[in-house]
Amino acid sequence: MKILVGIKRVVDYQVTVRSTADGKGVETAGVKMSINPFDENALEAAVRLKEAGVATEVLAVAIGSAANQDVLRHALAMGADRALLVETDAVVQSLQTAKIYRALVEREAPQLVMSGKQAIDDDAAETAQMLAALLNWPQATFASNVQVADGKATVVREIDGGQETLLLALPAVISADLRLNEPRFIKLPALMMAKKKPLETIALAELGNTAAPSLTLLNVAEPPARKAGRILNNVAELVAALRAEKVLP
Amino acid sequence: MSILVIAEIDSHGIKAATRSAITAAGQLGGDVHLLLTGSGLEGIALQAKSIKGLSKILLADSAEYAHGIAENLTPLLVKLAPGYSTVLAAATSFGKNLLPRAAALLDAAMVSEVTQIIGERTFVRPIYAGNLNATVAVPPGLALITVRPTVFEAAAETGGDAAVEAIAATGELGKTQFISRELAVSDRPELATAKVVISGGRSLGSKEIFHDTLAPLAAQLGAAIGATRAAVDSGMAPNDAQVGQTGTVIAPDLYIAFGVSGAAQHVGGIKDAKVIVAVNHDAEAPIFKVADYGLVADLFDVVPELTAALKQ
Repeated sequence: MKILVGIKRVVDYQVTVRSTADGKGVETAGVKMSINPFDENALEAAVRLKEAGVATEVLAVAIGSAANQDVLRHALAMGADRALLVETDAVVQSLQTAKIYRALVEREAPQLVMSGKQAIDDDAAETAQMLAALLNWPQATFASNVQVADGKATVVREIDGGQETLLLALPAVISADLRLNEPRFIKLPALMMAKKKPLETIALAELGNTAAPSLTLLNVAEPPARKAGRILNNVAELVAALRAEKVLP
Repeated sequence: MSILVIAEIDSHGIKAATRSAITAAGQLGGDVHLLLTGSGLEGIALQAKSIKGLSKILLADSAEYAHGIAENLTPLLVKLAPGYSTVLAAATSFGKNLLPRAAALLDAAMVSEVTQIIGERTFVRPIYAGNLNATVAVPPGLALITVRPTVFEAAAETGGDAAVEAIAATGELGKTQFISRELAVSDRPELATAKVVISGGRSLGSKEIFHDTLAPLAAQLGAAIGATRAAVDSGMAPNDAQVGQTGTVIAPDLYIAFGVSGAAQHVGGIKDAKVIVAVNHDAEAPIFKVADYGLVADLFDVVPELTAALKQ
């Protein structure tokens, strides 16, 4: 069984992001970029399935500029067998991303596609569901446990207020929650070995028409700053202040 | 054109988050219809009828909709959506799971987790865990939208008298089997929608101390209990208690953080709280920069004192 894992290169989660001077976008120049943390969970799950003998191959895919080679090398170092970069300098939104992945699924014929539940830049949480729809495959989003056996995946999903368990007939799409696992720390020999693994680049145009309705980004702004707070002296003052705010009975 | 809101139900009936989505739909203008799906919906249909702001209830009562499986609901949405300008749902795990799937098959624009409606085609949504807000415009044609329920007041449960129209079911995909659902049994409100949230950091020390310290205050306040990622990672609080960028983003009326340092990813998840209170013995903790009220004090002194004060 082949597993295709979608990964996205995003601003590192520790970076404080700012809007660009013209307010039309997010400042990414000179900012540290990393693999989307949720995608790292998806990749870790895929690699573990391979280590357990359930999967035979793990293919990591990214869409974007040539700079994405760094996150793909990271994926190879974590244990992906090969990597594929769909190269484009265009901004690719969720539905187009899903259409690109559909074209790759037709090419690669994986039994399982995994990705993070969302990317920490756009926080959209859409692509996995969209891909599952386009393929007419079952989906399990926000997965915190994945077991694969006999052509089926048993997935525990994190839902509001608890969890639910679904049984999906493969092929299927699964999106990973942070709770799925703890991604491995990459050791130097793995990084060295990753350099020898295949990393293929294909141009976006090679995948045919992937156009999709897209949102126009009009403005990016920091949320209104919270007004300066007050340091109080004791609990009595706090209770009085909260009652004045009408947030305490 | 009209707007279709997708209802979400639980054991108590229609979720409050759905009524928030109805309020958001009302802001778009036009008639608002509610799609009610599930199995054995007679009582819930009556409940839906009286929600203020609806002109029609579409009732799809069939076994394949019993567990809210997106694969089964999507064909129904795909069938109904072309009659509407906008399809809208609350950005809950149900709505977020379902609407993108339908949007893909409809080849329509999707806007997730909207926090502000600027106009019929223009919306604000948080990106980078709420550290930035993006204003986006959807292209002409159908749009699917999920709205963050905590920022739209829930529509009133009474005052409406919508017509109910039963509609035909669309069958099941047959590739997804529902096995079970385990909802945390708690007398505390749900973290994502609670009006009051109190939370603790790693300095609480252990699972037992975490619980024993915060539970009495939470009971007194009717509050949900949250935790920092560090507290969750060290096993003091359950996974679903995590507040922040990588956990649950919350917007309660009152948020009280005990022994929380205020890491960026945590702050990103509480920014929309109406009032933030921080209690920390470290006066330099970053949490004080976003708090409306701060107490530089030992939480183990403050929590019991506050609990006692509220009992009076």
